[in-house]
Amino acid sequence: MSATGIGAAVRRKEDFRFITGQGQYTDDVVRPGETRAVFVRSPHAHANIKSIDVSAAKAMPGVIDVLTGAQLATDKIGNLICGWMIHSKDGTPMKMAPHPALAASKVNCVGDAVAVVIAETVGQGKDAAEKVKVEYEVLSAVVDPAKAQAKGAPQIHPDIANNTIYQWHLGDAKATEAAFANAKHVTKLDIVNNRLVPNAMEPRAALAEYDAGTDNLTLWNTSQNPHVARLVIAAFVGMAPEHKLRVIAPDVGGGFGSKIFIYPEEVVCLWAARKLRRPVKWTSDRSEAFLTDAHGRDHITHAELALDGNGKILALRAKTIANLGAYMSTFSSSVPTYLYATLLSGQYDIPQIYCEVDAVYTNTAPVDAYRGAGRPEATFVVERLVEVAARQLNLEPAELRRRNFVKSFPHQTPVIMAYDAGDYNASMKKAMEMADVKGFAKRKREAARHGKLRGLGFSAYIEACGIAPSQAVGSLGAGVGLWESAEVRVNPTGSVEVLTGCHAHGQGHETTFAQLVSERLGIPFDSVSIVHGDTDKVQFGMGTYGSRSGAVGMSAIVKALDKIEAKAKKVAAFMLEAAEGDIEFKDGKFTVAGTDKSAAFGEVALNAYIAHKFTGAELEPGLKETSFYDPTNFTFPAGCHICEIEIDIETGKSEIVNWTAVDDFGTVINPMIVEGQVHGGIAQGVGQALMEGAVYSAEGQLVSGSFMDYTMPRAHDLPSFHVGLTETKAPSNPLGIKGCGEAGAIASPAAVINAITDAIGTEELAMPATANAVWAALQRATPRQAA
Amino acid sequence: MYNFTFHRPTTVRQAAGLLARNPDAKLLAGGHSLIPVMKQRLASPAALVDLGLVEGIVGVELKGRSVSIGAMTRHADVANSPVLKEVMPALASVPGSIGDPQVRNRGTIGGSIANNDPNADYPAACLGLGATIITNKRRIAADDFFTGMFSTALEEGEIIVRVSFPVAKKAGYEKFKHPASGFALVGVFVSKRGPDIRVAVTGAGANGVFRVPSFEEALKKRFSPKSIEGLTIPASGMNADIHASAEYRAHLVGVLARRALVKATA
Repeated sequence: MSATGIGAAVRRKEDFRFITGQGQYTDDVVRPGETRAVFVRSPHAHANIKSIDVSAAKAMPGVIDVLTGAQLATDKIGNLICGWMIHSKDGTPMKMAPHPALAASKVNCVGDAVAVVIAETVGQGKDAAEKVKVEYEVLSAVVDPAKAQAKGAPQIHPDIANNTIYQWHLGDAKATEAAFANAKHVTKLDIVNNRLVPNAMEPRAALAEYDAGTDNLTLWNTSQNPHVARLVIAAFVGMAPEHKLRVIAPDVGGGFGSKIFIYPEEVVCLWAARKLRRPVKWTSDRSEAFLTDAHGRDHITHAELALDGNGKILALRAKTIANLGAYMSTFSSSVPTYLYATLLSGQYDIPQIYCEVDAVYTNTAPVDAYRGAGRPEATFVVERLVEVAARQLNLEPAELRRRNFVKSFPHQTPVIMAYDAGDYNASMKKAMEMADVKGFAKRKREAARHGKLRGLGFSAYIEACGIAPSQAVGSLGAGVGLWESAEVRVNPTGSVEVLTGCHAHGQGHETTFAQLVSERLGIPFDSVSIVHGDTDKVQFGMGTYGSRSGAVGMSAIVKALDKIEAKAKKVAAFMLEAAEGDIEFKDGKFTVAGTDKSAAFGEVALNAYIAHKFTGAELEPGLKETSFYDPTNFTFPAGCHICEIEIDIETGKSEIVNWTAVDDFGTVINPMIVEGQVHGGIAQGVGQALMEGAVYSAEGQLVSGSFMDYTMPRAHDLPSFHVGLTETKAPSNPLGIKGCGEAGAIASPAAVINAITDAIGTEELAMPATANAVWAALQRATPRQAA
Repeated sequence: MYNFTFHRPTTVRQAAGLLARNPDAKLLAGGHSLIPVMKQRLASPAALVDLGLVEGIVGVELKGRSVSIGAMTRHADVANSPVLKEVMPALASVPGSIGDPQVRNRGTIGGSIANNDPNADYPAACLGLGATIITNKRRIAADDFFTGMFSTALEEGEIIVRVSFPVAKKAGYEKFKHPASGFALVGVFVSKRGPDIRVAVTGAGANGVFRVPSFEEALKKRFSPKSIEGLTIPASGMNADIHASAEYRAHLVGVLARRALVKATA
């Protein structure tokens, strides 16, 4: 391993510019003649729009125009779409309601945009927005997914009965029922997976510019996948032909899924920029972000686990209601289906699984993928069931897990996924040693002497990453393939640019991708640049989410590097006057077997471009190669997290006193960056378990609409994590990478809740387990402990 | 934020004059509550009268058996005041628990008290120590000053100049932080100064800061956590919101009062 190659903890290249304030985010881009868009948003969760009067607003100082949904329709700007088709169990397609970028006749959630003011400054725009008169006929709202399908519930979209988008299922209902009938023990749980607000540090932004001379549109935006944004805005919204639209996602300050999607504001800025012949910029403020960024999670689930007399799991079944909000966001349909139910086997050999999912509309912000996307929800179901079953059967939780782990590979689960490699016991064993599980009983007694309850919670999670084999996802309804592309450009001086279809918004690709190239070509790490996020520069790509950039994106780079090496060997053969088959390449040097003849990589690169030594026509000048890589399977990162928690009996306040994470991510390119991803993921999962919760009032107002009421995890809420790795290589990609971006957020909520419920002795505890919630659970469970 | 005119007087008299001439004006005394609501366009004062340059209303002084704190003294300066840490560390701990470093280095005691946020920390200290709020017009006892949620005895044009806290031999503050905002979900200040025993609660009450006579009575026999063991206050009249139920807040009043007493008697 070299100092900057694969496996080295290289410091992040990009951090200097981020830490010194020199990042270039969308809001930092300034175009000549730029105007600002201010959206007029619905204060009501559900209302008919009776009229919109923009005349007073148009007369305000600095106002260029005020545009409405009616004009959007006149200009034939299409609706936003959900790009993953799900069919109900009766075979009918999902019911996708129209989602116009500006609501014309009806609003369906607070924050729904009904008009946009284009003004010289944000202040002028806000002044004018207050003068837009919208007359609403307020309707009853439904925000609770459990009530959305009820008879008499407010109907959100015409012709979509009972607000039901689809009623989907996976698995063998009859075989599962039979397994339950034969069970010696059944564990049952009712679970709410709480709704979360993503809260990336950089709020969403869009800047659109129209060039009348070329008829080209350019959009700078906060996107995790600029090419897909261009595709959807061109092909479905119909804004412009794909080749007349350029999407640039420059530095992006965090996404966590919420920036995968195509949002109304981007469409409106593009439309307005062309209509008004001025660049149009919109930057969300934090209040708008709370209301309009796609939220995460929001499941209600009843789950059951069937076991025989020896603690062997026979079957699992779950019935879930998933809240998708007022409209179907870009990939919303896939999250509670193929990203959720397919992981309900966990790390276990479960013969039968059956899952039903009803997705519903409510008068709330749209819900879509958020760090982990479906897999945290699945892990929470499985790991809570297993933990509770162990407690009910008086088995050590680790022992019940051990008895049921998948031990041989490949392993076909009853819910589509075929696990290809792993060693689940190895992760758990190492985690138990690092967490000193043996010493827990003593620590628990010690805590009790200080009036504290102590609990230990496991979460042996699995996730499907490396998203994804195109044929597989195509067969499941995806509207796109999920391969990735790379172009490797070797310059005449031997430095290298890698153009990738992945997008970095915190992951450190400029560092890790350069490590791969440095190792493979034997050139200095600093001689490698990573280019991403611009549809005019980069060949088509699918973006970054689902822990795919390592497993899929870097695999594409490997394939392109293979081609570079092959071509460079041909060039070297001419240079060194040797047969191509005798050329060897190692540590940045081309040599001729059995001789002392050699050429450095840089010399070969120069020769590729000057082409003076090429004889004949069989070799083209230049050294640039492209690859489109499609994985053969998902990857299956897995591991075991153990949370040790202490609870103040009097106040119910939890303190995480120890956290151990042992993960199997396959090959690790940069252990420091991987550890950072694990830390961040755990923090988000702990946030979900203990603090975060988006709360709507019955009228559909977002009560937790600011950081004064929505609790984000802070550094002092978290302990210093103990992080370890085990390794089984992923067989489905050339580097053996499994992916690490979501693991922490997937594993941690179940570990926290398992630890608290272990401490307080009752399973009746919903997330977020605030001090008040834990105290109330303690009152119900052991009234005598009420202080 | 809407436009407003900005005034920077250098004396209390000038500030009072500006208030008299601008009935829509608001005093700016740190601005960590006012500026955010102005930015959200929820408040639109026509003028701001910034007290930042006003002379003579900053600093912590020991005056006989009282600590006098200038209205424009920042939380961080009160928390770190050597004299206060020496004579009454319990009071220094109150601003030390407010917000984050940014807030503590801008926010002031006068601003906090005048705003009387029902979750703010300083009102508990004022009421819990029997402080006197000194304005440009008069002296107001803390018992008369806090009149309800975001409401005080201050009249139009009245400006807080100093707050005088009698030094209590035994005092303690215990706060359960609001998980999101860092304000007091519940905070309890206890003190004993001769026969004057006070238990003041912020954060919990639907009507802002309040005293707990039943606890004070019980503590008269002995100023000790044991004296209020098992005592509770009713949940009626407590705040309830998405962060905590009225029952939980009422329960915390008892827990935190005992913990404050542990500190006060340590």
